[in-house]
Amino acid sequence: MSCHETRELIHGYVDGEVDLVKSMEIEEHLRDCHACTQSYKGIRSLHSVIGDGALRFDPPTNFERRLRSTLRRESEPQRRSIILRWRWVLAGTSLIAAVIVIWVVAGIFGRQSTGDLVAEEIVSSHVRSLMADHLTDVPSSDRHTVKPWFDGKLDFSPPVKDLSQQGFNLNGGRLDYIGNRRVAALVYQRGQHSINVFVWPSSGAAPVNEKASVHQGYNLIRWTNAGMTYWVVSDLNLAELQQFAQLLQGESQALS
Amino acid sequence: MPDQSKAVRFEEIALPHLGAAYNLARWLLHNEHDAEDVVQEAYLRALKSFSGYYGGDSRSWLMTIVRNTCYTWLQKNRALRLSDPIEDKLDEVGLDFADPEMILLQSADSQMVRHALQELPVEFREVMVLREMEDLSYKEIADIVDVPIGTVMSRLARGRKRLQALLAKRMGKEARIELPRNA
Repeated sequence: MSCHETRELIHGYVDGEVDLVKSMEIEEHLRDCHACTQSYKGIRSLHSVIGDGALRFDPPTNFERRLRSTLRRESEPQRRSIILRWRWVLAGTSLIAAVIVIWVVAGIFGRQSTGDLVAEEIVSSHVRSLMADHLTDVPSSDRHTVKPWFDGKLDFSPPVKDLSQQGFNLNGGRLDYIGNRRVAALVYQRGQHSINVFVWPSSGAAPVNEKASVHQGYNLIRWTNAGMTYWVVSDLNLAELQQFAQLLQGESQALS
Repeated sequence: MPDQSKAVRFEEIALPHLGAAYNLARWLLHNEHDAEDVVQEAYLRALKSFSGYYGGDSRSWLMTIVRNTCYTWLQKNRALRLSDPIEDKLDEVGLDFADPEMILLQSADSQMVRHALQELPVEFREVMVLREMEDLSYKEIADIVDVPIGTVMSRLARGRKRLQALLAKRMGKEARIELPRNA
C-alpha cells in the first residue's frame, strides 16, 4: 500500500472502521514507513487526549433530578381526559390504517421506488469506493483468483468473467453492503473509467429485463439472470456500458 | 396508568444517555445554561415523539433529537455558520509546520486541546465529540448527523487535521516542544 492510500485510510484504521484485509495492508506499510507511522502516532495521541474523559462536560448537579420532575409534570395532564385519549387512539388507528393502505398500494404500483432506493445506494457505494480509494479487497485480473476469494465471505458465489479481450479489464473484487445485505462487487476498468458490478441472489423477486437509468450523472444498468440480481454502475457512456452489460449477460447465460 | 408507565419507560430509556446528551449540547453551544435548556427541550421533544420510537438504538434516537434541537437553537440565537466546503482550506488556520499531523500530544495538553476543539467549525466539532468522546461508530454518527458514512469519515479526517494544525500553531507560539519538520 502506498503512503497516499495509507493517509486516506488511516483515520478509518484508527477508528476500527477498516476491514481486515485493508488493516493488514496498512499495518504492513506502517512497519516500513516512518512518516506514516509518525502521522499514525499523532492521530492516536490526539485520540487519547480527547478520549480520556478530561474534556467531557458532566451535567450539573441536580440536573437529572430537575429534568425528571419536568418530564413527570409534562406527562401528567394527559391523564385527565379519557375521552381525549380515546380520540387519539382512534386518530392513531386511522393513521396506521392509512399508512398500511398507502404502503400496500405503493408496493403494488411503486416497484420502481424500491429500485430507486437501491440505485441511490449503488451510486453512493460506487462513489465511496472511488473516493476512499477502496475499490478492491482482492486486486487481481485473474478471475480464478477473484472468484474463490469470495468463498466463505458470501453465502453465494458470484459469476466472474474475463472480458479483457473485449477491452474491459478485471481489476478485482470487494465485499460491499447494499440494502443491508452483503453483496459481491466486481470491478472492471475501461480506459479511465471504473465500472462496479454488484451481484447478489434475487431471493424470489420477479425477473427483470435489462433496464438502464441515470442517477447523479452515473449510468446504471440492472437485470436479473439465473437467480442473481446484477447492477452495473459507471461514469462510462451508456452505449459502451450497455455493450459491457450485454457481454456479462451473454457469458453468464452461456454458463448457466 | 398507561401514561404513567409510558413516562417511566421513557425515563428508563432516555435518562441513561443524559451524560452523552449534555456533553454534546455543551460542546455545540459553548455554554452551561444554554446546554441545560436545550437538553431539557430535547428531552421534552423526545417524550412527545416517544410513541414513534419502536425500539432499536435508543442512544442514536435520542442523540439525533438532541443534536437537531441544538442546531435549531443555534439558528435562532446565533447566526449558525457552517464552513464552506469549497473554501475550506487548512491555510486559514495558519499552517506553520511541515506536517502538523505529526505533533504528539500528552494528557497535560488537554486544556490546550479543549480550546482548539472549541475553535473548530461546528460540523467538525460534533463528529469529533461523538467519535472521540462518546466512542460512537461511523454508522451511528452518520445516523445522528444525517450524512453518509463517507462524509463522517472525511469530516473526521479534516477535523483532526484542522485540530492538529491549530495545536501546532499554539505549541509553536509557546515553543513548548520540538516539532519534527521532516521525517
